[in-house]
Amino acid sequence: MAFDANGAVLAEPQGDAVVKVRDVVKFFGQLKVLDGVSLDVKAGDMVAIIGRSGSGKSTLLRCMNGLEDIQEGKIVICGHEVGYGQSNRADLRRDVGMVFQSYNLFPHLTVQRNITLALTLVKKKSKAEAQRLAEQVLDQVGLADKMLSYPEQLSGGQQQRVAIARSLALSPQVMLFDEVTSALDPELTVEVLRVMEDLAKGGMTMILVTHEMAFAQRVANQVVFMHKGKVWEAGPTRELFSSPKTSEFAQFIGTGL
Amino acid sequence: MIQFGPAHVIYILEAVRWTVVLSLVAFAGGAVLGLLLALARVSRSILLRAFSAAYIQTVQGTPLLILLFLAYFGLSLLGYRLAPLVAAGLALTLYVGAFLGEIWRGCIQAVPRTQWEASDCLGLNRFQQYAYIILPQAIRIATPPTVGFMVQVVKNTSLASVIGFVELTRAGQIVNNSTFQPLMVFILVAALYFAICYPLSVASRALERKLNVAR
Ligand SMILES: Nc1ncnc2c1ncn2[C@@H]1O[C@H](COP(=O)(O)OP(=O)(O)O)[C@@H](O)[C@H]1O
Ligand SMILES: [Mg+2]
Repeated sequence: MAFDANGAVLAEPQGDAVVKVRDVVKFFGQLKVLDGVSLDVKAGDMVAIIGRSGSGKSTLLRCMNGLEDIQEGKIVICGHEVGYGQSNRADLRRDVGMVFQSYNLFPHLTVQRNITLALTLVKKKSKAEAQRLAEQVLDQVGLADKMLSYPEQLSGGQQQRVAIARSLALSPQVMLFDEVTSALDPELTVEVLRVMEDLAKGGMTMILVTHEMAFAQRVANQVVFMHKGKVWEAGPTRELFSSPKTSEFAQFIGTGL
Repeated sequence: MIQFGPAHVIYILEAVRWTVVLSLVAFAGGAVLGLLLALARVSRSILLRAFSAAYIQTVQGTPLLILLFLAYFGLSLLGYRLAPLVAAGLALTLYVGAFLGEIWRGCIQAVPRTQWEASDCLGLNRFQQYAYIILPQAIRIATPPTVGFMVQVVKNTSLASVIGFVELTRAGQIVNNSTFQPLMVFILVAALYFAICYPLSVASRALERKLNVAR
């Protein structure tokens, strides 16, 4: 993982990185939200992005998926350069899945249809094949019995697991998670985190923005601490937590968040 | 003076047909135009947005009566002599289209932005997003205001009487002119408008219930 705090590079970029973010600058109007962000993610990595609210974590994730445009720099995921509103988005979409804090299931469709929709429309799978995949991913997140439910009939934790399953069904190379447990009660958080931990163990490349520090420490192999729109400190999880290099990071983990 | 009798009642009842026909023309034409306008209002093309906004503003700022005059007398001056039903259908289509366009634009925009993002992230293209995600949810939001507006339209078809189209209101006037029994005549006319509009409201409530269950 490349690391870029105030210009200092602590590790060489990996040649086999599936996600490459280079010197990305992003403005919202006059506000500079990302200020020269670079990072690399290798296949199989689980990267936790942490930092105070407003430090640009969500924006970085959204830029990675082309949901926001960037003013400078470059983002390449699985060999596709990410461009906002670009027409070759289909390639990017095939390889990158994203899960949101607010689940964003389609309220007018059953759990099953939420999952099979993109399989049939985008991946051109047969109905039977899509159905089979839906069963498989729902089983994976422990909701095989909710196939015909509507989202509003499920708890928040169940909805979020369906959202993960929906994304998973498209077999992405990389999955992005933006504070997927922040809207959940503690008990429901646990079940979602368990699903994510299973995914990480299965070798999925994952980048997650999270406030679950204990979870990040335990499961992520790389941590990125963002501060004021910059990657302030980054590296292997254990190293980073055992010897913080900046006072800002020390303070951030010191306050126990 | 001629006595208000069964023949008059039948005459008025027959005119109900024309009110219904004109209403149906206005809904059908207005719905097609309204959908196009609503989609243009939320499109990514500045030109389409500007054009549809200008159209909606202009038509909403013009009394329906004037639209009817323009479609009937105005066009005939230009050499297009339209039958009253055609002229009234045209004016109402233009009018209903503008209002439905604005109502439906609001309904499309009321679907949370996150639904666009989630479906985008799954790889759906813009057409698929509209067809499978956005419009089905917008329709649910749109049902009550649309039916409310349809009821207004049924009543507004009475204005077509000014260009000589014999619908319910005009038939009532004609009967009243010969019988001089305004109370009887116009109570009957009002009851018939109610008989058309009330089922619309009932159907709307039933539809809302159905849409609410199916989710
Ligand atoms: N759509 C937007 N328009 C304007 N400013 C935004 C928008 N989204 C985020 N911001 C601003 O960008 C900064 C970073 O936001 P965000 O990436 O959401 O931070 P984080 O996820 O780390 O809490 C904040 O100051 C926020 O107010
Ligand atoms: Mg955030």
